[in-house]
Amino acid sequence: MFRKLHEPVSAVLTINIDGVPAAADPHESVAAVILREAEPWTRLTPVTGSKRAPYCMMGVCFECLAQVDGVASVQTCLEPVSDGMRVARQITPRRIGK
Amino acid sequence: MQERTANNADVIVIGAGLVGSAIAYGLARRNVRVLVLDGADRDFRASNGNGGLVWLHGKGLGMPAYQRLTRSSLDLWPDFSAELAELTAIDLQYEHNGGLVLCLGEPEFEQRRSTLLRLQSQLGAAERDWEMLDRDGIAKVLPRVQLGPDVTGASFGHRDGQTNPFHLLKALHAGILRNGGMLRGGSLVRSIRSDRQGGFAVDIGFERVSSARIVIAAGLGSKTLAAQIGLDIPIRPERGQVLVTERVEPFLPLPILGVSQTQQGTLVIGVTNEEVGFDTSTTCAAAAALSANALRWIPALSEVRVVRQWAALRIMTPDGYPIYAESQSHPGAFVAVCHSGVTLAAAHATVIAEAVAAGRLSVFLEAFHHRRFDVSKAA
Repeated sequence: MFRKLHEPVSAVLTINIDGVPAAADPHESVAAVILREAEPWTRLTPVTGSKRAPYCMMGVCFECLAQVDGVASVQTCLEPVSDGMRVARQITPRRIGK
Repeated sequence: MQERTANNADVIVIGAGLVGSAIAYGLARRNVRVLVLDGADRDFRASNGNGGLVWLHGKGLGMPAYQRLTRSSLDLWPDFSAELAELTAIDLQYEHNGGLVLCLGEPEFEQRRSTLLRLQSQLGAAERDWEMLDRDGIAKVLPRVQLGPDVTGASFGHRDGQTNPFHLLKALHAGILRNGGMLRGGSLVRSIRSDRQGGFAVDIGFERVSSARIVIAAGLGSKTLAAQIGLDIPIRPERGQVLVTERVEPFLPLPILGVSQTQQGTLVIGVTNEEVGFDTSTTCAAAAALSANALRWIPALSEVRVVRQWAALRIMTPDGYPIYAESQSHPGAFVAVCHSGVTLAAAHATVIAEAVAAGRLSVFLEAFHHRRFDVSKAA
């Protein structure tokens, strides 16, 4: 969907999105990486079950929620990447308690 | 010689929040020609800031008439919501699986029980529709909730429930239009006057509209409007703040007073009662207090992300109960204000709408006149 305008200047990081490795620049957000994927969505809305993708990219719209390193409902547009990070698209609402 | 001009409507309702809209919907449903005037977007709108509880148990201490009105509204809610949903194709998400008030500590539990027994006795012979539950009893109605260690029990109102308040308001507006009523936004009322034909002329800036009767249901704006038709109603704002969380998997099949879950999974935590005047700011103090309380009830809520915090202003009277009154100096002019616009919506669409259509409030509604406050001052 989106592509980078530049080649990476420093070392490339690798994050893992639903088991698939993806290249990332240091300091960019998880949402930015997901938008370059062939499947650029992050979650299914619990209301209708349809797909949602990063939208506002500034922490307001909550469309880009995903599971990051085991934590559900993370706003991926506000979450900087780190090497080896494990991201999972969020397909069910978060469960609390037991 | 002034010619008689045709009225714009039989009844003008000032205010398109939950109270005004429910009354107008009830009028339109009875084939009364109704025109609803709504103010500006940035007006104080309690209808856009509430949690959507349709609630009975624990309400009405010291005012049996209010308890009765609330009960009759709950009786009417199933038919009211079904009819409105069918007419407008808007799902009100009304559920009435009961509601809980959790008690922390034995004294709170006993105090709750005695309050409910007093309410019961004030009503006379009505059937008992609540019970006190111990922790095991709560676990039966909330099987997926791990209670905090301080929770000793709860009162369980069998008839309580909740609705989606935004869908309710939208459906009432649609229902007014479907029944041939008129609804005008951005129509801030500047003045109300008696016209020469025994009706009313309402000035909305560049235009004047007229009707045989008027209903003032403009929330906190009602005080200055009612003063123009000889009604001095003692109302004030009371701020309520709520926390709204991300959507989580449904685990609360019925609302707890203070924590409820919408059908989409959002949790609404609150609400506060603050005397701060016309101020709708949100505060860290309220967020901290609401969170601390909720965590004592359900510790697992500590994992949930808060996504919004908002404040709205309740329309409070000195005793907290509604005011329904007709002006003596301007017969045909009514005022209706309260802070139970969701619970009482079904009653407003029937009992109050019928009274306005008939041109006088029934004997049953006399208890709600604001002269009750003069009496208590003199006593």
